[in-house]
Amino acid sequence: MPLLETGRRVRDRWTHLSDTDAPPDEAAPVTVSLARLTAERDALLARPGDLGVRLPNAAAVADLVGLLDGDTNRLGLIVLTFPAFKDGRAYTQARQLRETHGYRGSLRATGDVLRDQFFFMARCGIDAVEVDLPESAAEAAWRSALDEVRSVYQPAADGRTPIDVLRRHTAPGREVAA
Amino acid sequence: MYQYDAHDQALVDQRVDQFRDQVARRLSGDLTEDQFKPLRLMNGLYLQLHAYMLRVAVPYGTLSGDQMRVLAHIARRYDRGYGHFTTRQNIQYNWIKLEEAPDILADMARVQMHAIQTSGNCIRNVTADPWAGVAPDEIEDPRVTAEILRQWSTLHPEFSFLPRKFKIAITGAPNDRAAVKVHDIGLRMHRDPDSGEAGYEVIVGGGLGRTPVIGKTIRRFLPKDHLLSYLEAIMRVYNAHGRRDNIYKARIKILVDALGIDAFRDQVEAEWQALKDGPLTVPAETYAAIRARFALPPYDEGLTGSVSTLRLDEAADPALARWIRANVAPHRVPGYGIVNVSLKAPGQIPGDATASQMERIADLADRYSLGEVRVTKDQNLVLPHVRLDDLPALWRALDAADLASPNVGLVSDIIACPGLDYCSLANARSIPLAQALSERFADMARAQDIGELHINISGCINACAHHHVGHIGILGVDQKGKELYQITLGGRSDDNATLGKVVGPAVPADRAVELIAGFVDTYLAIRHPGERFIDTVARTGTAPFKETLHAAA
Ligand code: SF4
Repeated sequence: MPLLETGRRVRDRWTHLSDTDAPPDEAAPVTVSLARLTAERDALLARPGDLGVRLPNAAAVADLVGLLDGDTNRLGLIVLTFPAFKDGRAYTQARQLRETHGYRGSLRATGDVLRDQFFFMARCGIDAVEVDLPESAAEAAWRSALDEVRSVYQPAADGRTPIDVLRRHTAPGREVAA
Repeated sequence: MYQYDAHDQALVDQRVDQFRDQVARRLSGDLTEDQFKPLRLMNGLYLQLHAYMLRVAVPYGTLSGDQMRVLAHIARRYDRGYGHFTTRQNIQYNWIKLEEAPDILADMARVQMHAIQTSGNCIRNVTADPWAGVAPDEIEDPRVTAEILRQWSTLHPEFSFLPRKFKIAITGAPNDRAAVKVHDIGLRMHRDPDSGEAGYEVIVGGGLGRTPVIGKTIRRFLPKDHLLSYLEAIMRVYNAHGRRDNIYKARIKILVDALGIDAFRDQVEAEWQALKDGPLTVPAETYAAIRARFALPPYDEGLTGSVSTLRLDEAADPALARWIRANVAPHRVPGYGIVNVSLKAPGQIPGDATASQMERIADLADRYSLGEVRVTKDQNLVLPHVRLDDLPALWRALDAADLASPNVGLVSDIIACPGLDYCSLANARSIPLAQALSERFADMARAQDIGELHINISGCINACAHHHVGHIGILGVDQKGKELYQITLGGRSDDNATLGKVVGPAVPADRAVELIAGFVDTYLAIRHPGERFIDTVARTGTAPFKETLHAAA
């Protein structure tokens, strides 16, 4: 299944460990389940290799943040889960991580990920998706999905300027900055 | 009404192109019906018993004459010549072809309309007092807030895949004409007793359906600049914790009930701390800019009088006098009235309007009502700005189109869902029963004597016609394959919102008509002077009415 990161098809550099697998080596980037991160927190954070977590969509982001002493950037990847496309809990997790907790690493959507959700995902700060599309079509699908609706009303995690802000800065009698 | 600017228009246009592409991918088989379903639902397209149904958003129930003409055009060109106004102030078309849906959306976009989020598990079209901006008791025009909410909720990145649909209503007046206590979120405008500043009482977790609940106040006074951050906090708690394992337990009312309002409030407050005073803050200049987009042509100056003091010449024209008494309400501007247009002529399908009726209304709005029309949750229309001296001419014109029934708010102004004639979820038909009842109460003089009385008929427990809050509520049930109706008494959706109580076992349609006629007779026999039906039921309880059951058995 193709993996897109910021719209580009990439090979997955992460090893996704089960709860019993040992990491391939000290430097290898690995993800673990939230349960394993909770159980083996100190050892995992002490490894030189990058660490990621697979976050169930029922987990409270605040608990993860607590586990990391408030610093979400100790993680390089957080894998979000969409068990069914209708189950939108991970959108909230994504925005909480990005906007409330300043997470800058990669946020990856997995599970029942469809092309027509890319727009919502990207707006919530999800920058990577595992999607069931032909390898050759995946990049174009990401590009067109994000480009279909260009005007947005809400401030969110993708840095697009909401319409209300555009309006206030182009209101009559106001200089448009640069 | 609100005028789009280039940004609003761009979004709606982009959305039409996007949907055109989605439909093309569905028709070519690239998308399965399962994958397509949430996409079409977010554009208001349902698959019903016989065809697709398209639900068009009428934000907070306000339309221009030009928009109404396009609704008529859609009825004629793409449907069977009529449309159905709903209890959420929208309009539905029941005979739509999937291939034509993108063209319909494009036609609508040309007059600043859309079908975005009229279905699906997202924040639905925000409803408001149909007399917004013109009612004398109003604190502020709630449509300004409703438009801000429309924009905020449109294609919301985080809240487009909620546990279940989400409905918000707002009233700008102390007299609640938007049923805010039976919505997922209800907003009621208030003045802060200390500062005099306007803000909102926030009510959460109300709703009808299988588990009817009166909403609870989560915040007594929310200053206006915090509107969006606070609502975003509520939505976030709901999105994270609302149940997703059982469709019947997925509405926010179930979550609020499970946690208790205090624990729910604490979670919202915790979430709000992260959002408050951030980019979701709505500055006063945004309210002012949106308000300016609602600007109307000016009212004529120098007029005096109100409909409540108008001298009616009963002898010369009793029908006109009766219509004014029943259908015209006081306006905040001297010399003007609010004209309620009944879509409930005896025997008519509640809420249905033909293309020619819609065109007639559009023309009359342009001529007599500053080009504006409203849709009400009672499935009627409103011409909100009519000069009192135009009333006779307007009445004659409405009458010629069978739109002058003098029964707004009366027993024959029946609210009914589409029921088994269209809806795949129905247990029983609603429309024929509504027709039978309105014919039974066709005598308009008698209807005025009976006074205010709301009958609501839902074809199943989903309660689209709000039967729980009808003074007389009727619910279609299926017992061993028989279409039966269960009757409740004493429900209301005003500021004293109450759920009706069941009286007697479910009965067939003809018996339901007899029973309701009997309930009305009982009321007439026992009412105190000046007492409305609902007041009598509140005073006596259902006991005297139950005697009707036995008497008629
Ligand atoms: S109340 Fe039931 S039958 Fe009536 S429209 Fe709603 S879902 Fe259909």
